Amino acid sequence: MTKRTYLPLLTLLLAWPVVPVAGFAEEIPAAANLCLTCHQVTVESDRAVQGAPPLFYAGNKFNRDWLESWLQTPTRIRPAGGFFADHIITSEGGDSIDTASLAPHPSVDSAAAKQLSDWLMSLRPHDQLIAESSEYSPAPISPRLGAMDFVKFKGCGGCHRDTPEYGGVSGPELYTAWQRLQPEFIVSYIKNPRAWNQQSSMPDRNLQDEQIHKLVNYLKSLHKED
Amino acid sequence: MRLARNHASILAQASLMVATLCWSVLATASDADNGRILYRNNCSQCHGLKGTGKGINAPHLEVAPRNHTDHDEMIARTDEELFKAISEGGQSVNKSVLMPNWGKTLSPEEIEDLVAYLRVLCCQEQ
Ligand code: HEC
Ligand code: HEC
Ligand code: HEC
Repeated sequence: MTKRTYLPLLTLLLAWPVVPVAGFAEEIPAAANLCLTCHQVTVESDRAVQGAPPLFYAGNKFNRDWLESWLQTPTRIRPAGGFFADHIITSEGGDSIDTASLAPHPSVDSAAAKQLSDWLMSLRPHDQLIAESSEYSPAPISPRLGAMDFVKFKGCGGCHRDTPEYGGVSGPELYTAWQRLQPEFIVSYIKNPRAWNQQSSMPDRNLQDEQIHKLVNYLKSLHKED
Repeated sequence: MRLARNHASILAQASLMVATLCWSVLATASDADNGRILYRNNCSQCHGLKGTGKGINAPHLEVAPRNHTDHDEMIARTDEELFKAISEGGQSVNKSVLMPNWGKTLSPEEIEDLVAYLRVLCCQEQ
């Protein structure tokens, strides 16, 4: 290859991570500039970002209503922050969460929230992953058996809370999962966490589709309609 | 003359072989430093950043995570047993299901790196 053929290639390579992938994304709105400082919003850039959840597949993940309202009045979802290991105090008695190191999430006004949600919901690079996930239709489940399955048999409660008071703290709270997340995303994520997030600290527990559907039924049952 | 040249080429070949051997041993040897990073990302949430079994999730688990700095407990297990517990989960070694299976999440090489790091935790660090 000559120098001349290298140059455009090099330019392409340098420009590539910041150019939104055609067909997937709307133009990034100006209000998103702040978001880019913490979150991964393009498919291939910043693989190493670990301190904030990736948003580049937001349209495959979130319920839009929840997203738009949360951006205006954000509350904590991960008790130990974006990446737990960055927010731990270690002492003789064991590890505890360094709550002082957890900053509140920036909020935006309703107009910006609407614009940001339009953009975020257009980010759907994982349509294929969703299409490949097993077909799920909600079914009722006994709260007692559901809780026992979640905590004792599948061990999800070791890292996740299924009520505001009960459960592990390294993962996102799941008593709000049904409100926040698309059901197909929940199914697909439990099946293979690293297909969604290379950095995920959640193990693939090798569950059968029916076992996953049962867990998702339980998460749905935790949602109180208001 | 010819003999000398042969000697030289044999010597060159031999040193090349030694170099290749060293390199491949280095490349395949499990890497406790990589294990340390994997441990922080995946295991510390329950076993603690220091490996003492007191991670942030430990108070919320019905069975206490193993203290990986407990020298006597840890030397009672072979590398193969540790590999199996990590890869296939607590249930596979008659322990709690709360110890997850990592074999679908981490590669065999990564699990070997973790075993190497467990050996540092239990038996090299004070
Ligand atoms: C200072 C870094 C920082 C900035 C700036 C920031 N975020 Fe976040 N964001 C985080 C962290 C950390 C979390 C995880 C919070 C939690 O789980 O409690 C988060 C969580 C979120 C979530 C929930 C994601 C999930 O998977 O649960 C959304 C949506 C989000 N941010 C959108 C935005 C948008 C839109 C902006 C720009 C207006 C923005 N963030 C700016 C750090 C940041
Ligand atoms: C070892 C700890 C651990 C265990 C056990 C675990 N998870 Fe997770 N889980 C996490 C972490 C950490 C995340 C967030 C990773 C990320 O940011 O992508 C997560 C994310 C999730 C998400 C996506 C939620 C969101 O808001 O992004 C769902 C759904 C979920 N887990 C369900 C489960 C279920 C069901 C089980 C039981 C089969 C389970 N988890 C077991 C640690 C765990
Ligand atoms: C969800 C919490 C949790 C996570 C995450 C976790 N463990 Fe464990 N682990 C446990 C519990 C609980 C036990 C104790 C099981 C028992 O004694 O019945 C245990 C036990 C063990 C044992 C001892 C098995 C034996 O023979 O006694 C090893 C080795 C181990 N874990 C390694 C790891 C490694 C390596 C990782 C990270 C890849 C990890 N664990 C992640 C909860 C966890």
